Amino acid sequence: MQKLLWVSMLFIGTLSQAQTCELIFSGIIEDQHDDSLLSQALITLVDTDYYTYSNELGEFSIENLCPGNYTLEVAHAQCKTRTFSIKIKENTSKVLKLEHHYEKLNEILLKGNPQRINKSTVVDYLDQTRLAEKSDQSLGELVSSMAGLSSMSTGKAIIKPAIHGLYGSRITIVSGEVRLEDQQWGSEHAPNVDINLAHSIEVIKNASALQYSGDAIGGFIVLKPQRIPVKDTIFGKTRISGQTNGQGGSIHAGLVKSTESGWYGALNGTFKRYGDFNAPNYMLSNTGLASNTLATRIGLNKFNYGLEFSYNRVFNNLGILRAAHLGGAQDQYVALNSPEPLIINDFTYEIDRPMQEVTHQIASIKSFVKSATFGRIDFRYDYQFNNRLEFDIRRGSDQNKASLDLDLETHSIGLDWAPQITGLSYLKTGFSGRYFNNVSDPNTGVKRLIPDYKRYDLGVFALAGKPVGERFEAEFALRLDYMNIKAFKYYYTALWEERNYDALFPEFELQSLGTQILTRPVFSYLNPSASAGLNWSIDQKNQVLLNFALGARNPNPSELFSEGLHHSASRIEIGDLQFESEISKNTSLSFKHSGAKLGLSINPYLRFIDRFILLEPTGIQQTIRGNFQVWSYRQADVFLSGVDYSLRYAYNPELIFDQQFSLVKGYESGFDGTPLINMPPAQLINAITYKSDRLNNMEIRLESSYTWRQNEFPDTNFEAFIPETQTLELIDVSTPPGAYHLMNLEVGYPLLKLGNGLSKLRLRAENLLNTSYRNYLNSNRYYADEIGRNLLLSFTTSF
Amino acid sequence: MNTKYNTLLKSITMNELFKSNMKSLATGLGYAFALLFIFSACSDDDTPPTQVDEEEVITTLIVSLTNNNTGEQIELRSQDLDGDGPNAPVIQVSGNLTVASTYNGTIQLLNETVSPADNIHEEVLAEGAEHQFFYTQGGGLNISTQYSDVDSNGNPIGLAFTLATTAPSQGTLTFTLRHEPLKPNDGSLSGAGGETDISVSFPITVE
Repeated sequence: MQKLLWVSMLFIGTLSQAQTCELIFSGIIEDQHDDSLLSQALITLVDTDYYTYSNELGEFSIENLCPGNYTLEVAHAQCKTRTFSIKIKENTSKVLKLEHHYEKLNEILLKGNPQRINKSTVVDYLDQTRLAEKSDQSLGELVSSMAGLSSMSTGKAIIKPAIHGLYGSRITIVSGEVRLEDQQWGSEHAPNVDINLAHSIEVIKNASALQYSGDAIGGFIVLKPQRIPVKDTIFGKTRISGQTNGQGGSIHAGLVKSTESGWYGALNGTFKRYGDFNAPNYMLSNTGLASNTLATRIGLNKFNYGLEFSYNRVFNNLGILRAAHLGGAQDQYVALNSPEPLIINDFTYEIDRPMQEVTHQIASIKSFVKSATFGRIDFRYDYQFNNRLEFDIRRGSDQNKASLDLDLETHSIGLDWAPQITGLSYLKTGFSGRYFNNVSDPNTGVKRLIPDYKRYDLGVFALAGKPVGERFEAEFALRLDYMNIKAFKYYYTALWEERNYDALFPEFELQSLGTQILTRPVFSYLNPSASAGLNWSIDQKNQVLLNFALGARNPNPSELFSEGLHHSASRIEIGDLQFESEISKNTSLSFKHSGAKLGLSINPYLRFIDRFILLEPTGIQQTIRGNFQVWSYRQADVFLSGVDYSLRYAYNPELIFDQQFSLVKGYESGFDGTPLINMPPAQLINAITYKSDRLNNMEIRLESSYTWRQNEFPDTNFEAFIPETQTLELIDVSTPPGAYHLMNLEVGYPLLKLGNGLSKLRLRAENLLNTSYRNYLNSNRYYADEIGRNLLLSFTTSF
Repeated sequence: MNTKYNTLLKSITMNELFKSNMKSLATGLGYAFALLFIFSACSDDDTPPTQVDEEEVITTLIVSLTNNNTGEQIELRSQDLDGDGPNAPVIQVSGNLTVASTYNGTIQLLNETVSPADNIHEEVLAEGAEHQFFYTQGGGLNISTQYSDVDSNGNPIGLAFTLATTAPSQGTLTFTLRHEPLKPNDGSLSGAGGETDISVSFPITVE
């Protein structure tokens, strides 16, 4: 867009004629790859006394020139020096492109103005450097190191990212502009993305990014793919890592080929394999994982239009701690009172039942057109196919059969239009349509956990930013979403009647089949969402951001339809057809200071959620297998408040101190305010980084992370009859584990430089002191400690 | 950054902008509604998915006790036709045990959600090495039990057993089926470990 406007400007510029030796040569210095503006470039007219530097906007001008031919040399600290021949016979303007050195390319692509909308809310970044350092990790694990983020996990392999304690369908994950649809309603469903495909990750911690969705009342995690330069080049990277805990490793390789004409192609592959992980004192049996990813993009990137086809496939085979598979309350009692997991086997790479096999495939088409008259239009279509197989411990001929086999197909289209309107810093509007088809394979021989359903979504949105004076910018966003869901569900007749559904929803009843009844639940929701914010740039270094976001989320299939035993949690879960949408009202205030030595960000927030859907124990159910605790979904008005704080202090360029603290409190509204379940405990991280040329640019980072005990939790304990002792025993499923302190050490060492490429060796020691601890947000905390010390060695090379 | 460009943009009139914009917006919305129409048009002729044959559910446990002397039969039965559904199992005991007697016991496990019912005890027997029944007395019941079957390794399974009574007593007898217990074990539930597949308590009177 900028480029186009600049060309128009050139045209206007050339209309005015100039006199001899009073000519002006002006222009803009841009980065060749992403059009970002380069300041502090030195522009010299060779063999003359004329020289100047480009300003913050990349602009420069040289006056009082005589007509003639000149050689121009442009030098920039991070770029190859380039010379241009120019002929000046009138006032002339030019856009001059420089190419970054490759090793700087990553940085530049990132800094290339990534945050043009959503300016009134804190957007946290993980840049390429951080990503490359930890690309062996899963998305949930990686982002949990950011302020205000944590993870809900089931063991070491299944990790869901949580923002301010909210997770699952309350978070929208966007990867390469595709909103990920991979059954995030489940508490033990990890997002199926490979962080190696991301070039940077942005996290927005409220519902304000309405261009993506209106129901992300927790926030957004946006994985941005690599931007591909328009020039003849081929480049790539390889990363190999191996680690002691799990005795495995990962390999990633990526290759990009692009041409001057705009055509490009990229191919990426990742392979991960780990065996059983171990806690400090014992093996965590059956926690291995195998994962592989294949991703490819091919496209054309022209000045005013572009087209891209992409396909990626992520496959994960994840073991679930063997000792976490239980058969009812009496097993739970024994497991909870055992200091060690009840099943500890020797190390193996084999992944046995219980386990998950999830394949997620995305095929997408993206295109854009831009022009000076209508602005920019983006069109997207994507098709996603998610197959989830969950294997349980079974008997007889069913032993090798999956207990859950769900296929979720999603078609999405999106059309966005961003015109340039005078007086607005941006305007973006668009609509999206989605179709879901969920099919549960009946051959599992297990009653469907999630019924077959079809779902249709339609959304329209508009976002705008408007500068107010010199220092303020106001933002507004509106969105309207319509959703329709039609399911076929076999209910237990007893539950259908117990819940009074026969009186409430007689129109859903299709056929009575003895103990079960076939029903046809159909629901529609219309949800408005909105956001308004203000960005106040006090001066160059200080910023205050204020944002109010209103979001609405429909109940997900699990919250509506759940009915039956959830094996991995050893409890019976019951949904409710009467649920209405959750409404979240979030206010966040941020103060940011970005100085040369000191960087500071303080972000308090307050979030009221009406009809928040929570899952909590409501009783005990007798079955032939013994007693199970019943957990029912319920709606309650709640509020969450907290603060995220991060600080970076550069004592000198070699020694940097980082500090990060997050606190969140969640209660049900009302005087007695019952605390919400699974709220992340407070966490403080301190780190020192030392990097010096004296040590060959070696980088050493020592990190201390302290997590407090969660002292505020609802009491969800229950009593169960233990036949062996003929007593009623308390089953304590609510008391959180204690506080813990972990030390991590990282050493990075640049190895050699091959042409424009760079190789780096990195050693990371996690849980350096081999501390035994349990994490409140890991559902395996009842049965086993977290993993112990891990030494990881990685080798990265880019070319 | 945009001030310069914005000035430039003023040369393009708002009118021009909106003419082309409105057209594309209208086209866009047209597509959206066409899409919605297609979605809703093709959805109502759906046929319901088949009901799942629940292959693994154990709905019914029947313990048959035969008095060695008199041949008299007593049946202990627990039936839970909706499996994990909200209905509790129905527990029936056909009569009281006689003092100073020995009973031969056999256990039948059925899945009555399918017709004809599946004999789950056959699967348990076939995988005897991975299963074991445990008999736990409570509340003052005074009887003794002994396994009378073995798996492929010579360890008890517990689908067949003998039960001996002495003096009159009253209490509960709990049948617990464990999947993948430690075998051999000390005969106690805590010593065996594994997962509970069945846990049913019957009120028993010896008179």
